[in-house]
Amino acid sequence: MAKIKLALYWAASCGGCEIAQLQIGEKILKLIEVADIVFWPVAIDVKYKDVEAMPNQSIDVCLFNGAIRTSEQKHMAKMLREKSKVLIAYGACAYNGGIPGLANLYNRQMIFDRAYLETPSTLNNEKTIPQTKYQAPEGILTIPEFFDTVHSLAQTVDVDYIIPGCPPEERTTWLALESLIENKLPPRGTVISHNAKAVCDDCPRKKDVKKVTKFYRPFQIIPEPEICLLEQGLPCAGMCTRGGCGAPCPQANMPCTGCYGPVEGVTDQGSHFLSALASVIDSNDPDQIQKIIDDIPDPAGTFYRYTLPQSLLGRARIK
Amino acid sequence: MSWEPKIVGFLCNWCSYRGADLAGIARIHSAPNVRVIRVPCSTRVEPSFVLKAFRSGADGVLILGCHPGDCHYIEGNYKTMRRVPLLKKMLAQFGIEEERLRLSWVSASEGAKYASIVNDMTEKVRALGPLNLNNAGGKHGKD
Repeated sequence: MAKIKLALYWAASCGGCEIAQLQIGEKILKLIEVADIVFWPVAIDVKYKDVEAMPNQSIDVCLFNGAIRTSEQKHMAKMLREKSKVLIAYGACAYNGGIPGLANLYNRQMIFDRAYLETPSTLNNEKTIPQTKYQAPEGILTIPEFFDTVHSLAQTVDVDYIIPGCPPEERTTWLALESLIENKLPPRGTVISHNAKAVCDDCPRKKDVKKVTKFYRPFQIIPEPEICLLEQGLPCAGMCTRGGCGAPCPQANMPCTGCYGPVEGVTDQGSHFLSALASVIDSNDPDQIQKIIDDIPDPAGTFYRYTLPQSLLGRARIK
Repeated sequence: MSWEPKIVGFLCNWCSYRGADLAGIARIHSAPNVRVIRVPCSTRVEPSFVLKAFRSGADGVLILGCHPGDCHYIEGNYKTMRRVPLLKKMLAQFGIEEERLRLSWVSASEGAKYASIVNDMTEKVRALGPLNLNNAGGKHGKD
């Protein structure tokens, strides 16, 4: 049997997905037995022009991580879609926009002003800001365009499967790779994970009545080790987040932040998180409710930490 | 053609919807800008409904429920009372002004109050202008 042709690419991401891919450990030898890696910028020296020269549909599977925020990433997403039979969104950024997607609370101008002019550690007297074209003595230099709005991979091209997580847990990555090796891929469009129910279903903490009179940030308390973190006032996204990760964060005293994306059947994870969190506030007095809400300094970043581009609003309105 | 504010109103079946009915029966004049959706309880209005209304072109969203203590389902309106301020705080981060979302309590006998809330909100949203989410950041949708 001919080997599977596998490509891996990174767009707007942190590099954590590459580490997650290597986390499968010695199982990578099993993967190499059946697959040839034809493109993987982090590890092998194959240029964009080499990918361009490949015939359409010649790559069997492409694992694409990262969101789309520049013209280069958009170009590569389109090219890899054309060249690949199966395109898999790997990780929270490709799936829902991820952490880079929080940039949608701003636009390019605001981000550039902050990054190149306003940050206290920046010394930029000439007020240099990246431009897509620059006339150097040697000729014209170009860099990709930076978009106002970050998009998920599925908002840019058609996606066949999704592997969730920031980064995906080793077990989730292997679940997908195994089904690929054994040629038992699930129906197209599946979000591949061990559990379609919420993270709470994976979480071994004891769950009882939820009534909260104060919300804490993780550094403010040392939680009791066996009781549900939400009951202790930590905003935990477990109830609105797809399980399958095995709930490692709550077991390490950190509330779930929602990286596996919404539970099956939900599209807008953040508004469900908001709804559930507000409902457990134990007060019927508007002033006290407001005081408890003040404990959550960044609602948008808390509720849409990994899903802002894919959410109902998609981005902030800049006046 | 001049712009008119579009307001989606989620009205609780047991109190506010009847209050709106009363306003109509009593022929109290109120602005025609609210599109009323009858819901079993104000807490049926998930935050995602509000976002979807804005996303679909609403310039304002009005949620009306029974007075605290009067909920047909005992404590539904208390849950709404907790969600709306948190939702408002988040909407501010999205550049959606606080006045575009309003929660008020209207009983079945408060037709006049219903009319005054609708008139007041319509004027406040009119003063804010169109929400225009489709041009939110310059470009929206597929870049």
